[in-house]
Amino acid sequence: MPAVSKGDGMRGLAVFISDIRNCKSKEAEIKRINKELANIRSKFKGDKALDGYSKKKYVCKLLFIFLLGHDIDFGHMEAVNLLSSNKYTEKQIGYLFISVLVNSNSELIRLINNAIKNDLSSRNPTFMCLALHCIANVGSREMAEAFAGEIPRILVAGDTMDSVKQSAALCLLRLYKASPDLVLMGEWTSRVVHLLNDQHMGVVTAAISLITCLSSKNPDEFKTCVSLAVSRLSRIVSSASTDLQDYTYYFVPAPWLSCKLLRLLQCYPPPEDGAVKGRLVECLETILNKAQEPPKSKKVQHSNAKNAILFEAISLIIHYDSEPNLLVRACNQLGQFLQHRETNLRYLALESMCTLASSEFSHEAVKTHIETVINALKTERDVSVRQRAADLLYAMCDRSNAKQIVAEMLSYLETADYSIREEMVLKVAILAEKYAVDYSWYVDTILNLIRIAGDYVSEEVWYRVIQIVINRDDVQGYAAKTVFEALQAPACHENMVKVGGYILGEFGNLIAGDPRSSPLVQFNLLHSKFHLCSVPTRALLLSAYIKFINLFPETKATIQEVLRSDSQIRNSDVELQQRAVEYLKLSSIASTDVLATVLEEMPPFPERESSILAKLKKKKGPGAVSVELEDGKERGELNGGGDRGGDAAIAASNASTPSPSADLLGLRSAAPVSGAAPSAGSLLVDVFSEAGPAAASAGVNDDGFLRFVCKNNGVLFENQLLQIGIKSEYRQNLGRMYLFYGNKTSVQFVSFSTTVSCPGELQSQLNVQTKTVEPLVEGGAQVQQVINIECLTDFVDAPLLNIKFRYGGALQNISLKLPVTINKFFQPTEMAAADFFQRWKQLSQPQQEAQKIFKASHGMDTEVLKAKLLGLGTALLENVDPNPENYVCAGVIQTKAQQVGCLLRLEPNAQAQVRTRARAHTQMYMHTHTQMYMHIHTQSPSVLLCAALIASLTAVCVFLCAAANQAWRAGNTQLALFSLALFLSHSPPLSFTPFFHFLIHFSPHIDSTLSH
Amino acid sequence: MMHFLLLFSRQGKLRLQKWFTPVPEREKKKIVRDMTTMVLGRKPRSCNFLHWKDLKIVYKKYASLYFCCGLDAEENELLALEVLHRYVELLDKYFGNVCELDIIFNFEKAYFILDEFLLGGEVQETSKQVLSRSIEASDMLQETMEEYMSKPAF
Repeated sequence: MPAVSKGDGMRGLAVFISDIRNCKSKEAEIKRINKELANIRSKFKGDKALDGYSKKKYVCKLLFIFLLGHDIDFGHMEAVNLLSSNKYTEKQIGYLFISVLVNSNSELIRLINNAIKNDLSSRNPTFMCLALHCIANVGSREMAEAFAGEIPRILVAGDTMDSVKQSAALCLLRLYKASPDLVLMGEWTSRVVHLLNDQHMGVVTAAISLITCLSSKNPDEFKTCVSLAVSRLSRIVSSASTDLQDYTYYFVPAPWLSCKLLRLLQCYPPPEDGAVKGRLVECLETILNKAQEPPKSKKVQHSNAKNAILFEAISLIIHYDSEPNLLVRACNQLGQFLQHRETNLRYLALESMCTLASSEFSHEAVKTHIETVINALKTERDVSVRQRAADLLYAMCDRSNAKQIVAEMLSYLETADYSIREEMVLKVAILAEKYAVDYSWYVDTILNLIRIAGDYVSEEVWYRVIQIVINRDDVQGYAAKTVFEALQAPACHENMVKVGGYILGEFGNLIAGDPRSSPLVQFNLLHSKFHLCSVPTRALLLSAYIKFINLFPETKATIQEVLRSDSQIRNSDVELQQRAVEYLKLSSIASTDVLATVLEEMPPFPERESSILAKLKKKKGPGAVSVELEDGKERGELNGGGDRGGDAAIAASNASTPSPSADLLGLRSAAPVSGAAPSAGSLLVDVFSEAGPAAASAGVNDDGFLRFVCKNNGVLFENQLLQIGIKSEYRQNLGRMYLFYGNKTSVQFVSFSTTVSCPGELQSQLNVQTKTVEPLVEGGAQVQQVINIECLTDFVDAPLLNIKFRYGGALQNISLKLPVTINKFFQPTEMAAADFFQRWKQLSQPQQEAQKIFKASHGMDTEVLKAKLLGLGTALLENVDPNPENYVCAGVIQTKAQQVGCLLRLEPNAQAQVRTRARAHTQMYMHTHTQMYMHIHTQSPSVLLCAALIASLTAVCVFLCAAANQAWRAGNTQLALFSLALFLSHSPPLSFTPFFHFLIHFSPHIDSTLSH
Repeated sequence: MMHFLLLFSRQGKLRLQKWFTPVPEREKKKIVRDMTTMVLGRKPRSCNFLHWKDLKIVYKKYASLYFCCGLDAEENELLALEVLHRYVELLDKYFGNVCELDIIFNFEKAYFILDEFLLGGEVQETSKQVLSRSIEASDMLQETMEEYMSKPAF
């Protein structure tokens, strides 16, 4: 039976509800409802006019049916009829029905608006409120059109009842949110702001929501509200708990109004007026003090209301971010809550601390709670609290605690709830990359990530590790060794196989010296996973195999055997079959040189914002906020020359400034086979890239320069804001350099300008021409600049590149040495042994020889050394030196003024001491020889193209592919398209696909290639 | 602002739904389903706050009934808990020891009371006295118990 029904209950309705409740099954319920609907329909259609009560009852029944989840397609007209009833209860039900079952029928809307208009002008406050509630509940554009002009008048009129004012304020707010263009405050602005002074607390409470919304949209027009809000807040905060009568909630004076006032103030910067600001700071201090007082009641409502104000005050303190005292006090207060017995408070404290962590004043204070937070991550019973703890760890992470935090997050991942694993994985990956001081740690972390939570490692994460390994030659050997070990686990995740396949395919040679990881062992290991993998992974592995054939000719037969097997060459998957066929053909037709060109090591990726970060932002999950705040933190650090990064940079540069000679032997790109710690030089690079302009502005940053002496492509410079990539090609005495300026932030750079200058006598030695770049670089965008270089005569210094731009108002100034060195203009020269020694002897004067003895900092791998010497630009002469241990090279340096022949011998000895001797025709070149570094030289696209034109048909295709691909990457679209066109016109249909293979070769490259 | 307020039973039966922003019917059903499964799946003594899409979810259980609301990200969770509590107090004052059945049989009253308290997802009035007075005043405009008993029961 129905429970007590008060006031004007409807018996028929109660009986119907009771019937529905007694239905034993869903079918019975539907049957009963259909019966009722038929009944109501017949009543509405009947000849007899229904009285108001019946109409109300049936409309109410329809509403009930609708709220049960059934469709209602009639009764609107009857509800509209009720609106014009004089009986309050009938009107009320009519409005309720209209608000819940909003209808877009225009005739109906006209009738509804008419009824509302009548009620608004009735001057009966109860009716007026009903009408306003209806407008606020529906909030449609039609209603805004009809009433947006009228409601402000009602709101500010002197004779309007308080309750009507309250409804009018919130009604207007709703219309403003739905159709801001229709709500014009203009003349009403100041009177609305002054509602903050209203006597009636309820009116202020309602009006302040409206004022807050309007202020956030038009802060200037409403800025007078700041001082009013501060004085109102001050009166509430200082009042005794009984002063505000019924607006005191469980001994807390006006908690709703206090919170709303504090929120309103968050639309503005700290007050400029000293008196107002003083008063506000006093309020905030009082709130913080009150939080420490013993509770006036044991009820949870009391502590909730009190703490609600406290948290809102802390939000304001964080928003101002200018009162170190208050920030630290806030942090201490939250620290107490971290161990509170109320789960809600622990949750909120963790959440608030995330934002505090982004303030430079409180970042350190937040960090002191790291153990508590880690403990929360481990012991909290509630997953949502654990998630907040993980968010906070992410927010408080910096260079000092990254290893600890990443380790804790990794170990949490093993037991983490499935719902948050993917996000956790992204966060770990981002932190590992961001704070990687040594990249072997980074590689370890990501591989652990794949091991622990392989299913949740998205494509972005493993793409990223590969991008980084390819771009950082100091970690390649370690990465190869580590993936090799990881792959030995009996059950390893498919993502591990992908990473392993890719890395071994590129850098397997770096660990091939060890018999335990000889080429064949590597291949067999990879191939043992093949049958367990999905098609895309198998495709990737096939590409790795063909790369193996290039890296290790001794595996060719084995791999060809595999490719030739029916399961590959006749695979039902067309992609796999095609790869098998083409790779097999390629490996049997192409010469070693062609193979080496086609399967050359991947060039560095253009740097851009981590795709992982983008993904985390896109997820817009709980972590997104803290990421953005963290970006803000970094900005602050950069602009303010933050002390943490700066000190580290200075310390590191003092400790490890690399001397040129050390680097000469360092064979920098030869990764430490033994997995030794990366060289100090690479650490310095990392520190620099972190500290950014602070370090760069201290002087010309030439660290990137050293890396490029023998390398043509790569990342020249990188900090938090900007990244500069470089591609260059040289022919005879001419060179062309492409600089890629990448804006790593989401904010545009303005007044972006670059100048290249040749200091001192370099002016007469090098002719450098640059094209100017656009002054605007959008956030995330990359701009390209072409520099043409002509070598007039020999030179020592390098041109200087100066970059200036404004970022968020602050002028950034970066100076770099452009990596143009004399050896770029080397032309390799082949000569026979007799020739060589004859010439060597001719260059006998002391000033024609330079000699340098140095210690090799890494092991001497023959292949690596050879590659380096070739990379230097000289020809490596075989069978010349009687001592097979020695390396002999020859080349001609091309300048406009003259050509200078140059001979070089590298004499390694067992104690890993290496001696280089070089003789040249004129004394001018002595100094250059001691600066020669050895790097793998990348073929320039134009050279490739020329070669392609005269090559055999098969080779043409392959060459053209490589040329087009490389040109494309270098941003030379014209050359790429030309190559492509040649390719299409020369290629038989079957070999059409290799080109696309180059594009889609390995997935991480796809987007970078297509983006051009 | 508050985006929605839902009241549902332990069995997941929806007892009241208030939407403060326009939401298509199909989407409403999905949200209700998500909320009931999420909230009912919570262990006892968990915290009362959740993240869902870009909203904060605040819920609290009163006897057999769950009160659950979705808030903008900048809203104060603790205060939202007290909004729920004040609403319960108002229902309690009106019905006198309110129970789930009161809300089932007098659903329209539950909506009317809510309209007095919250409008457009914002708190309109917080004083219990002021609110009860206006709710009672509108009841005075209604009919007496005798009139009620004399109505036909179908």
